[in-house]
Amino acid sequence: MSNRPPASDWSTDFDHLDPRWSENPYPIWDELRQSCPIAHTNRFMGAYFPSRYEDVRAIAYDTEHFSSRRVVVRETRQSFPPAPPITSDPPEHRPAKQVLLPAFTPEMIGRHEPHTRDICRELLDRIGGRTRCDGAVEYAQEIPARVIAHMLGVPETDADQFRKWIKEILEIGITDMAVLLRAQEEMIAYFAEKIAARRASPRDDLIGYLINARVEGRAFSDEHIIGTLRLLMIAGIDTTWSAIGSCLWHLARHAQDRRRLTAEPDLMGAAVEEFLRAYAPVTMAREVVKETQIAGCTFKPGHMVLLSFPAANRDPAMFPDADQVVIDRAQNRHAAFGLGIHRCIGSNLARMEIRVALREWLGRFPEFRLDPQAPVTWSIGTVRGPRKLPLVLDA
Amino acid sequence: MTAKVLRVRVDRERCQGHARCFALAPELFELDEFGNGRERGDGTVPAALEAKARLAQSNCPELAIEVIEE
Repeated sequence: MSNRPPASDWSTDFDHLDPRWSENPYPIWDELRQSCPIAHTNRFMGAYFPSRYEDVRAIAYDTEHFSSRRVVVRETRQSFPPAPPITSDPPEHRPAKQVLLPAFTPEMIGRHEPHTRDICRELLDRIGGRTRCDGAVEYAQEIPARVIAHMLGVPETDADQFRKWIKEILEIGITDMAVLLRAQEEMIAYFAEKIAARRASPRDDLIGYLINARVEGRAFSDEHIIGTLRLLMIAGIDTTWSAIGSCLWHLARHAQDRRRLTAEPDLMGAAVEEFLRAYAPVTMAREVVKETQIAGCTFKPGHMVLLSFPAANRDPAMFPDADQVVIDRAQNRHAAFGLGIHRCIGSNLARMEIRVALREWLGRFPEFRLDPQAPVTWSIGTVRGPRKLPLVLDA
Repeated sequence: MTAKVLRVRVDRERCQGHARCFALAPELFELDEFGNGRERGDGTVPAALEAKARLAQSNCPELAIEVIEE
């Protein structure tokens, strides 16, 4: 991705793979909101970028003109095996989602909280008495990978492999189809084998749950189950890892917020919502399937829409002081988990993981800051978060 | 003079299960087996919980919560 021509103009030639966008997209979005609320690019075979909350919401609600059959903006329009329900449109979407929802309610997710806490404590023990660590590599990236592996019923020791696939699918695979296809095939083979193993010897985990699920008396096809499992793994890891990393990045740079959270633990709920608003990790996509107009912009079929919930969350028309992190913000209708029928199914899981991860971290390391000698690096593309977060841990 | 009665109501069509209402005001809201929100009982809001009702309303991303004065 290093030899891409730089974006010449954000409103007519935007490129979310441009290093300036990856490094700090917020000023770009602020500029677009003022000048041209819906940007377009001829890159990626044509894509739009709405920058305002109200337009992002309108598109998220409009499943007639905007399809979810492609949810990542890539350089080709190649077809891929579906990953229901995220790639489903009505009417197929509802049954595919309904079947998963009972496993992801706050009550059910609460059962995974003790295990999540154990994982966090083990990671913190490993960092131990050191004065430096990488908060992304040694902490944030491990937590959601191990929790979702535990929920799915696959070995937590496979987490490195999961993260490799995710990077290949969500970052490298935006421009390199061969890498993307290989990663997808490997994941499909991985889950096909797990399904066969569950059939031979049933177990009480999400894979077993999906095999046994019935909608109007019918089981899901293996293709459907594998698609859903790929989705849960991809969506369950990169996203929350990015969110936890961004929270630590913020707290490393804002002593007042850090100390306040330690002193007033009851603020954690509101603070997590505010971090989710300000540093929402996930940008989704839609494919225009029927011509329509929003805010004076004509959306042409075949073009993609980069549906940026992070940009919506920074819209000052919706959030006063949108560019400020206000950890006790009282009114916060942020869209970090999407809006409409595709609301993230893992929202309760993500919130639990972020809350536990921050509470445990602050309990162990109340004072920490960015390491002035090593740079923070950010992911590219669909999910935004720190991939290297070198920290100094103060005693 | 009759005292005003406040009620909360979750629009089941709009609710997408963000569960913000349940997190902020569990005295007034509950979740069904799919994690979608609904008002507890007939939704009556005791005077002491009015602020919580408004807080839940103002944090629902789907604008699914009504606070009704009767």
